[in-house]
Amino acid sequence: MEMMLLLFVLVLSIFLGFELINKVPSTLHTPLMSGANAISGITLVGAILSSGGDSSSITITLGTIAVFLASLNVVGGYLVTNRMLRMFKKK
Amino acid sequence: MILEVFQNNTFINLSYILASVLFIFGLKMLSSPDTAQRGNFVSSLGMLLAVVVTLLSKEIVSFQFILIGLIGGGSVGAIAAVRIKMTSMPELVALLNGFGGASSLLVASAELFALTTSNLVAMIAIGIATIIGGVTFSGSLIAFGKLSEIMPGKPYLFIGQKILTGLVILLLLLLLVQFCSGIFFAEILFGFDWINEQYALILLIALSLLLGILLAIPIGGADMPVIIALLNSYSGLAACAAGFVIGNNVLIVAGSLVGASGLILTNIMCKAMNRSLLNVLFGGFGATDSSSSSGEGKVQGDVKPINIGDSYLILEAASSVLIVPGYGMAVSQAQHSVRELGELLQDNGCEVKYAIHPVAGRMPGHMNVLLAEANVSYDVLVEPQDVNPIMDTIDVCIVIGANDVVNPDAREDESSPIYGMPVIEVDRAKTVFVLKRSMASGFAGIENSLFFKQNTRMLFGDAKESVSGLVSEFKS
Repeated sequence: MEMMLLLFVLVLSIFLGFELINKVPSTLHTPLMSGANAISGITLVGAILSSGGDSSSITITLGTIAVFLASLNVVGGYLVTNRMLRMFKKK
Repeated sequence: MILEVFQNNTFINLSYILASVLFIFGLKMLSSPDTAQRGNFVSSLGMLLAVVVTLLSKEIVSFQFILIGLIGGGSVGAIAAVRIKMTSMPELVALLNGFGGASSLLVASAELFALTTSNLVAMIAIGIATIIGGVTFSGSLIAFGKLSEIMPGKPYLFIGQKILTGLVILLLLLLLVQFCSGIFFAEILFGFDWINEQYALILLIALSLLLGILLAIPIGGADMPVIIALLNSYSGLAACAAGFVIGNNVLIVAGSLVGASGLILTNIMCKAMNRSLLNVLFGGFGATDSSSSSGEGKVQGDVKPINIGDSYLILEAASSVLIVPGYGMAVSQAQHSVRELGELLQDNGCEVKYAIHPVAGRMPGHMNVLLAEANVSYDVLVEPQDVNPIMDTIDVCIVIGANDVVNPDAREDESSPIYGMPVIEVDRAKTVFVLKRSMASGFAGIENSLFFKQNTRMLFGDAKESVSGLVSEFKS
């Protein structure tokens, strides 16, 4: 049953995603992409649970590498998006 | 006592819902120029919230490794984001996509080793997260290599490539079925008793990485925007699949939002080239015969070169100028000189606009980023469909390092490989200047009949030097 609930959430969020951003001005294509990429770093939540959990050393090792990569993704993504958006100005 | 409230699962889940809402609002705001910067901030708050409540969770027993990863990865990311030059933005975006994918792959693998009981749903999720994550990772690394010119940017094709790709996909599916069902054909057929889930996972990872490489190497320079947008979508889908592995809704919501936004961008890019996604992925555009389609017995005529002095005289008299930048502008880093020229023209009483084709450059929005860096106001940037109807009224078009996106063959020559692609119809302007290094054809390897038109003048040389030359003429 829990699986069905997750699937339900999946389908709804995909539709939501399409509705949310169906029209993007080309000015924002790159920031939207890098900003969205930072959001995809949400996998960090899973990585943290693997890295700090009470489990085998292999799980902890893989989890820690995942934490490293995901935080690189998150921090780099948000900062670089912000840097770009600061430049987009109307004069 | 208070800590227990925060460690409560209900509290954590409510926080995840709030984080999802922040992502949704953030992404919505990111798609409009006025709110984009706030949108990015809102979405980063969502991320912070999700991470903090996860750290509070009772399942976490030790923080040392988490902190190492968080601080290490965070600082590398911060340094990269601050140091990166705007011209290298496509490489960075490709790399970050890849890391996101790799992270989801690792989460799935870590979870496999943590599984205590065999669980079909978890196995399917682990398998899918591994495949999408692996393809995203190796595909992004290849894209990074091509964009940073560590690898040749040309499409790389070999005989039997499609067959090999098909075979790898088939093997992956077969392996996925075995991985999930726990029935290993190799064990039954050949008596390999060493094959278990963990070896199968390693095989799955290896094949996924191979598939990512196979999908990315045939993509040529001009098609890069499509593959970057597609990998962006995959990085979201990988996070989404990882969400199924750990049974966490916030990963599923955030991941599918990113998956959808990446797909929308991919679709915009494909439409801008009038090609299907399949054609982009497997067409190997520009690797094959460039000579056969165009120029077949067609007399192209002579090109008419022009020097900086004469160009200045024409520009000085112009009352409307359209600047059309392409990848060449990024290569010669001419964006600052271009902005200066635009300002001088404006001071001269001329109306200046910049026409940007969606696939100009190496990633979606590449030209917009460069011009924004050079301080060009975004409201003078126009899209092809806005500028084409008024093209006849424009005195001078300055094409700076763009080629295929201004090729009139897309409208006139049915045998051209880019026939039907929506282009910026610069040849309809009164005069066209083409700034170009030499007469070599563009990345798609297609002849451009624009260069031979009556109203076209070729200004040969490095784009930055030519534009700077014009700037100094205006100043003197």
